[in-house]
Order: sequence, then C-alpha cells, then structure tokens
Amino acid sequence: MSGVMKRMGMIFRAKANKALDRAEDPRETLDYSYQKQLELLQKVRRGVADVATSRKRLELQLNQLQGQSSKLEDQGRKALALGREDLAREALSRRAALQQQVTDLETQHQTLQGEEEKLTLAAQRLQAKVDAFRTKKETIKATYTAAQAQTRIAESFSGISEEMSDVGVAIQRAEDKTAQLQARAGAIDELLASGALDDQSGLAKDDIQAELDRLSGGTDVELELQRMKAELAGGPASKQAIEGGAAGSQDATQQQNSPHKFDKQ
Amino acid sequence: MIVRIMGEGQVEVAESHLPELNKLDDELLAEMESGDGVGFRRTLHALLEKVRELGEPLPDASLEPSELILPAPDATLEDVRELLGESGLIPPVP
Repeated sequence: MSGVMKRMGMIFRAKANKALDRAEDPRETLDYSYQKQLELLQKVRRGVADVATSRKRLELQLNQLQGQSSKLEDQGRKALALGREDLAREALSRRAALQQQVTDLETQHQTLQGEEEKLTLAAQRLQAKVDAFRTKKETIKATYTAAQAQTRIAESFSGISEEMSDVGVAIQRAEDKTAQLQARAGAIDELLASGALDDQSGLAKDDIQAELDRLSGGTDVELELQRMKAELAGGPASKQAIEGGAAGSQDATQQQNSPHKFDKQ
Repeated sequence: MIVRIMGEGQVEVAESHLPELNKLDDELLAEMESGDGVGFRRTLHALLEKVRELGEPLPDASLEPSELILPAPDATLEDVRELLGESGLIPPVP
C-alpha cells in the first residue's frame, strides 16, 4: 500500500517514535532517579560505619597507650625507690611521649565522634527525603499513566493523532526532570550541611607547635621527677613544685593529701 | 486493521476489504499529486464512505493505535499536502 492512508499512518508513527526516543519513559527516569538516591543513601551509611569503626579502633589504641603509660609510671617510681634516678628519668620521658600520643588520639577521637554524629543525622535526613521522593514518584507515575490513558481516550474522541500524547510526554518529562534535580540538590545540600565533605587536614600540627609540645613534655618530665622524689622523701618542697606545674589533677590531689597523713603521724 | 478517520474516530476493517480500499486510496494519491482538487474531494468522500460502510466503529474508550490514518471529510487537497509535508499536522518539538 502506498496511498495517502499508509503515508499518513507512517508519518504519524515516525513522529511518535522520534518524540518517544527524545523523551524516554518518565516513569523509568523516576525509578532510575530513586535508585540513584538509594545508592547515595547507602554511601552515607557506609560512611557512618567507617567512621564508627575508626572511632572504636582509636578507643582500643587509647586504652593500650594508657596501660603502657601507667606501667612506665610504676617503673619510674620503683627505679627511684631503688635510687636509680637515671632509670626513672628514662621511664618518665617515655611516659611523656606516650601522654602526648594519648592527647593527640583523644583529639582525633573527639573529631571522629563529631563526624559520626553529623553523618548519622545526614543519613536520617536523607532517608526521610528518599522516602518522600518515593511517595512522590509513585504519585507522579500514577498521574502520568492516567494522563496517558486520558490522552489516548481523548484522541479517540477528537480524532487528533497519537502525536498529542507525545506532547504530554514532553511536558511530563520536564516536570519529572525538575523533581529529579530538586531531589538531587537536596541530597547534596544535606551532605554539605553535615560537614561530611569537609577537609580533615586541620588536625595536622605545624613545626612550631610540635617543638613547643616537645619542650612542654620535657618540663613535665622534670616536674614528674620532682614529684616522685618528694613522694619518696615526703618533704614540703614537693607541694610547691607540683602546684606550680602542669601535672595531672589526680596526681596533684594525691600529693596534696600526703602531707596530712604525715602531720597526723 | 484499525483505521482512523481524523475528526471522527477509529473503525476496524477486515483485512479482506483492504484491496478495495487500496484502489480508492491509490486514486486519491494520484489526484493529490496531479493537483486535481475536485477529483481528490470526490475520491476522499468515496473512500471515507467505504471505510464507514465496511468498518466496525471502535468504542471511544478503546486505546488502540491506528495502523492507517485518513484525512477528515472536510480536508482539502492543500490540507492533506500540508499533513504529508515536512512539518505534518503538529510542528516537531524542538
């Protein structure tokens, strides 16, 4: 058949195919978009899990270091009791180095804890957004299917070609694209707002700070040494030395208590 | 085979009637190409009449795509030329 009927039919079908190629199926686009959002959510959740794992690892390291630190302190005390000041000094130097590591790890631990909380919150918000999008997607899909059926019924009434539904597809496509972009922008906003994408390099210390830390570590050793000496001797000079220094509060408290014991005796 | 008469609706025509319709359709094409406006109108009306006579109208709620499409009864030769032209009935979406 090569007459008018066939040619008109072919032209309309060719137009319909062209329009469909250009527009795709908006329902598939919505489903794809939803899939992408789920993947993003998965990534954020994995991020939360990774941060939590790192935090736990840090906690283990901290426990170990604190154990070693106590051990060195005991060793120092024993060495001093045996009159080996040199050994005690060595033990306390090592302990000071460990204490510095402990302080650094504690800072990192706090940062990680903050990150974990932010990411958890971001994941919760993202989950809510994805849920909302799923509901909206299903509504749009249902509306689209109904609109498509209506267009085809209207076509039967009006006699206008299949092409009209293609115009509907183009409009729907534009609306869906908008919804998709809004959802994506929302998700990225969430991640930025959570600080999950921030640079973590702020933890690094500069040379001057490292030198200062080293010097203060040395001072601590001297103070510690004096404190231990005083502890063994039980003299009043020790109190003054401790109160002037930056020793831990627990140590200071112990030291402040000891003269009372001697007073009573 | 489902045939749409633009502005009227769809009818289902048995394949066995197609040779008869094809004859009129070929005549219509020849008249359009030769620019015979009067002959075109006459043949178009005869073709539409034949389709209505041989075909079974489809219910309005039916969602079947048309395999053949016929111009509306009041379409002129120029109208049909325009329909078959580059831009067709509805201009292409940019």
